[in-house]
Amino acid sequence: MITLKNVSKTYQTRQGRNRVLNNVNMTINPGEKVGILGRNGAGKSTLIRLLSGAEMPTTGSIQRSMKVSWPLALAGGFQGTLTGYDNLRFICRVYGVEYEPLVPFIQEFTELGKYLREPVKSYSSGMTSRLAFAISMAVEFDCYLIDEILAVGDSRFTARCHEELFIKRKERSFVMVSHQPGAIREHCETVYVLHNGSLKKFSDIDAAYQVYLEQQHETAATH
Amino acid sequence: MPGEFSNYWLLASKNTMTESAVIKQPNQQGNFYHALKIQLRVIGALLMREILTRYGRHNLGFLWLFLEPMIFTLGITLLWYQVRGNAANIPIISFAITGYSTVLLWRNTVNRCGNAIGPNLSLLHHRNVRVIDLFASRIILEIAGATISLVVLLMIFTALGMIPPPVDPLTMVIAWLLLAWFAMGLATVVGILCSKYELIDRIWHVLTYLIFSLSGAVFMVAWLPPQAQEAVLWIPMVHFTEMLRHGYYGNMIKTFENPQYIITINICLTLVGLIMLRNAQNTLEAP
Repeated sequence: MITLKNVSKTYQTRQGRNRVLNNVNMTINPGEKVGILGRNGAGKSTLIRLLSGAEMPTTGSIQRSMKVSWPLALAGGFQGTLTGYDNLRFICRVYGVEYEPLVPFIQEFTELGKYLREPVKSYSSGMTSRLAFAISMAVEFDCYLIDEILAVGDSRFTARCHEELFIKRKERSFVMVSHQPGAIREHCETVYVLHNGSLKKFSDIDAAYQVYLEQQHETAATH
Repeated sequence: MPGEFSNYWLLASKNTMTESAVIKQPNQQGNFYHALKIQLRVIGALLMREILTRYGRHNLGFLWLFLEPMIFTLGITLLWYQVRGNAANIPIISFAITGYSTVLLWRNTVNRCGNAIGPNLSLLHHRNVRVIDLFASRIILEIAGATISLVVLLMIFTALGMIPPPVDPLTMVIAWLLLAWFAMGLATVVGILCSKYELIDRIWHVLTYLIFSLSGAVFMVAWLPPQAQEAVLWIPMVHFTEMLRHGYYGNMIKTFENPQYIITINICLTLVGLIMLRNAQNTLEAP
């Protein structure tokens, strides 16, 4: 379970303090599939980083009682100057997992071939996503935090992710953020809409999407 | 920029006061041993990563860790040998090795930590990798390099009969440990300041050369007039060099180190450094 209690996050900017999350409360139960809808800059990635523990809340508390992945996003998690294999080795050491047994799965899933011996900074976003997803599957977490990473893959990658996460690991939890309802509609049972720093819970994706669209129009009108 | 400074401290203290975030992880509630195990594992992983990216797998690899400071010290030793001969009845080779090694220890450690956060920012996405671990791994590596370099050089020159063995190795070890502690604290404080303010980064490098010439590496305090002695003894680095030479030469020379003074400085630096590390962690913005 992950519990967020009265969590706020403020960033220091040149123009003063910017409150990205305002008094957010949420609970993620084991096995729960959570989708978070929000526009660009609504604070989705911030929320994901707080859930993962990579960043600390400014106020409030976060409790984690399951093994939560790092944010599976396009940026972060890898050292660009190290090769794919060396990054795998580093992550294995950090999470206390044996390296050798994971190699065949990584090779097979990522299909990166000799690129696994090249620095990660030379990878395309699709290649980075495949590596991040594969390593997170191999290390095994109870809860996966998925930040737009599925959106950049081709259909083959999407199909394989589907197989690994939604079928083989269907008892696990995940939190998926997106600004498009497609994947969330397909996989999530609980949906939140993130707007102006507040989080609203919906049990029906259509209701959530309706609110999300209205908010977008509202913002467009006021600007 | 005193304005920015005070602002920073205000922020730091404020943050520590209002910080109420409690992060609990499975099987880890109050389990110090478990947390320590994770921390050691992470620091180990970061050490391997540092060695790999800095030295690679080719040619001499991680041997450069201590070959580099050794070559530096040897160069300086040769230079001084040519220029000065034996100054004030002190053999120049041992004088240069004991002096320049202390400079290398604090200077390299601080310089490596000025850039500890930036290139590793993306690794901080992994919850157990903390800012303190980034600093710890770099500090450990630099201290190891400088220490191996000093020990190997002393052993080689002693074996060749060019310098006598140390009179009081224990005092040398204590001086070196105190200096390593000092380097740890200074590297944390200056490292975080450098990553926050570009200005400090620039000033520090200029300051390094100034402190080097005043650090006691190139002189003994006893050679100075009394007023100058009093002034240079405010510089902590002088005390470590004096103490290390006290251990090496014994009572053949007069030294002026004050262990209470440097321990006080070390404790202050460590406390300030830990507060700054905590603040840096809490206000960290992963990319």
